[in-house]
Amino acid sequence: MNEFMMFSLVPLTIAIIISMTCALLGNFLVLRRQSLIGDAISHVALPGIVVSFLITGTLASLAMMLGAGVAALVTVALIELIRRLGRVEGSAAMGVVFTSLFALGVLLLEWHGAGGVHLDVEHALYGNLESLIWFEGSGLAALFDPVALADLPPQLGRAAWVGLMVVGFVVVMRRPLVLASFDPDFAASLQARPALVDLLLVTLVAVAAIAAFEAVGSIIVIAMFVCPAAAARLMTNRLGAQIAWSQLFAVLAAVVGYLLAGEAPRWLGFEASLSAAGMIATVAGLILLAACLFGPCRARTGSAQRA
Amino acid sequence: MMMETWWRALTFTLGYNTSLVTVGAMLLAAAAGMVGSFVLLRKRALVSDAISHSTLPGLALAFLVMGVWQGDGRVLPALLAGAAASAALGLWLVQRIGERTRLGEDAAIGAVLSTFFAFGVVLITVIQTLSVRGQSGLTGYLVGATAGMLYSEALLIAACAVGLLLALLVWRRDLLLLCFDADFARTQGFDTGRLDLLLLLLLMAVVVIGLKVTGLILVVALTIIPPVAARFWTDQPMRMVALAALLGALSGYLGVSLSSVREGLPTGPLIVLAAFTLFLVSFLFSPRRGVLASLLAYRRLRRRVHLRQGLLALGRDEPIFDGLTLKLLRRRGHVRRDGVATPAGQAAARDAEHEERLWALYRRRYPDDALHREHAGLTPIGQVLSADAIMALEAELPPAEVAR
Repeated sequence: MNEFMMFSLVPLTIAIIISMTCALLGNFLVLRRQSLIGDAISHVALPGIVVSFLITGTLASLAMMLGAGVAALVTVALIELIRRLGRVEGSAAMGVVFTSLFALGVLLLEWHGAGGVHLDVEHALYGNLESLIWFEGSGLAALFDPVALADLPPQLGRAAWVGLMVVGFVVVMRRPLVLASFDPDFAASLQARPALVDLLLVTLVAVAAIAAFEAVGSIIVIAMFVCPAAAARLMTNRLGAQIAWSQLFAVLAAVVGYLLAGEAPRWLGFEASLSAAGMIATVAGLILLAACLFGPCRARTGSAQRA
Repeated sequence: MMMETWWRALTFTLGYNTSLVTVGAMLLAAAAGMVGSFVLLRKRALVSDAISHSTLPGLALAFLVMGVWQGDGRVLPALLAGAAASAALGLWLVQRIGERTRLGEDAAIGAVLSTFFAFGVVLITVIQTLSVRGQSGLTGYLVGATAGMLYSEALLIAACAVGLLLALLVWRRDLLLLCFDADFARTQGFDTGRLDLLLLLLLMAVVVIGLKVTGLILVVALTIIPPVAARFWTDQPMRMVALAALLGALSGYLGVSLSSVREGLPTGPLIVLAAFTLFLVSFLFSPRRGVLASLLAYRRLRRRVHLRQGLLALGRDEPIFDGLTLKLLRRRGHVRRDGVATPAGQAAARDAEHEERLWALYRRRYPDDALHREHAGLTPIGQVLSADAIMALEAELPPAEVAR
C-alpha cells in the first residue's frame, strides 16, 4: 500500500485527469471531423519548447508552456492562412505546417546540442509519468498531512487546473459548442459565433495538450483526443451519453493501461516495467477496436438502431 | 570553409558515400512526391501520417526478433519488412474503420496512428530492458539518421526508389482516372477498390523506404509538401506529378548536401525544411495561384470597380467622397483638382453610362448567359460580346433612355 501511494498514486491520478480532459474535448473534435488537430498541435509543441528554451535559457514549466502554446496558435493560424490564401485542402495544409515545424524543432534541438539538457525527442514523445514520485506519500495518513501534500509533484496541480478549465469551458459554452459542432451555418445564422467557438476550442486543445505533454508525453494526448470519443460515438446517438461513455473509456484506459505497464512484465517473468504512456494509449486503441466490432451504433447509417 | 564543403557536396565531389546518399535521397523524394500527388488529388493527404506512425511496432518487433535470434537487431531488410507488415495492418484498419463505421477518416487516421505508435513505444521499452546490441540504431528511425547510413543501405533505398518510380510511371493513367473521376473509372471497367489499394500500397512502400532517410515522423512531409507546392504552378495533373517529383528531388538534393556541411546536422529535418522553402516560394510567387498574384488581381479588380462607379457618379452629377475613386479619376484626367469633371471625363462618363445600360439590358434579356460571365458588368462589353450582338442590343435600347 505504501509503495502504491509513493510510486503509483500520483502518476495514475495524473493519467486519469489528463485522459478525461482530452477525451472531453475529443468529443467535439470527432464530431467536427477535426480529430487530427490534436496530432498537429502535439507535434509543434516540440519547436515551441525548443525555441522558448533558446530564448529564456530555462526549462521552467511556465516558459515551456508559453512556448508550446504560442507554437500551437501559430500553427493554427498558418494552417488557416495556407488553406484560405493558397486554396489548399485543409488536411494537406495541416500536413505541410506541422511536419515543417516539427522538422524545425528537431533541427534546432540537434544544432544547439540541447539534447543533453533533459530535452529530447524521445522524452517529448514518451513523457516521464513513471518519474513522478511522491516521496512523502508514505501512507494513507499522508493524504491529510499538509506537509506531505505540499511535496506533491507540481504536474498534478497543473493537470488538475487544466482539467477544471476544460470542464468549465464545456459547461459554460455548451450551447454554442454543440450548435457549432453540428451545424456551423445554422450557428452563424443565430449569431452564435462559430468561428470564435472554433478558436476557443483549438486553444483549449492546445492548453490540454501542453499540460499533458510535460507529464505524459504526446502519445497519450493524441490517442485520448481521438480514441475514447470515437469509441463513445459508436455506443450512442445522444451527445450527453457520448460524453459520459468517453469519460468512462478514458478512465478505463488510464487505469488498465497503467496497471498493465507495471504488472504485465512481472507476469511474464521480467523485472522491468513498460512505458505507461504507451500502454495507456494502446489500451485506448483496443477499446476503440472493441467498439468498432461490437458498438451498438457503429453502422454508417446511425438511424437504424437507437440506444 | 563551410561554403566550400557545401559546394563540394552540391557537385558530388565530397566522396563516394555522400554522393550515393544524395542520389538515394533524391530518388526517394522524387518517388514520394509522385505518389503524394496522386494521394493529394484523391484528398487523402494525411493517410501517410497514419502509415508512417504505424510502422513503429513492426520495426520494433522485427528488431526484437532479430536481436534475440542473432544478437544484433540492425538488419535493414528485416526491419523494413516488419515496418511494412505493421503499416499494412494499420492501413487496412484505417480503410475498414472509414468504410464500415460512421467515424470519419480523420478519426480513423488519428486512432490508428496514436495506437500503433504507442504500442511501438511499449515494444521499445521492452527492447531497452533486454540487452540487445544496436538499440541506438532503432531510435534513429524516429527522426532519421542518414549520417550513419551504410553503403548497402543507400543502395537498397536507391534501388527501391527506382522500382517505385517505374511502377508509378506504368500506372499513372489509371491512378489519375481514379483521382479525378472514380465513378467514371468504375463505368470503364476499372476496379476502383483495387486501384485505391494499389495507390496506398505504393504510398506505404515510399514511407517504409523513406524511414531510414528522414525518420518515420518526417517522411510524411515528403509525401505532402512537394505535391502541394507543385499544385500552385499548374492545373494539368501530369505536369503536377512531374513537378512534384522534381521538387521532391530538389529538396533531397539541397537537404542532404546542406547536412554534410557540418558534423551533426540532421538530414531529415533539412530535407523537410528545404521542401518547405520550395513550398513557400510557390505559395507566394506562383503566377497563377500564388498569394502575390491573387493580391495583384484583387487590386486590379478593386480599381476597376472604383473607376466604373466613379464615372457613373460623374454622369449622374453626384458628388464623390471616396478617396481611391477620386485618386483614380484624377490620375486619368477625368476630374480636375476641385472635383469638377473635365470634358474627357464627361465623355468617359457617358461611355460608362451607355455601357452600363447595355449590360443591364443584356442581363434582362439573357439572364442565364449573364450568370456565367465573370464580373460581366466590369469588362468592356466589346471584349465579351460580338459586334453583331452589341448592335442588336443597341437597337433594343429604349429610346427614352437614349434621349436622356
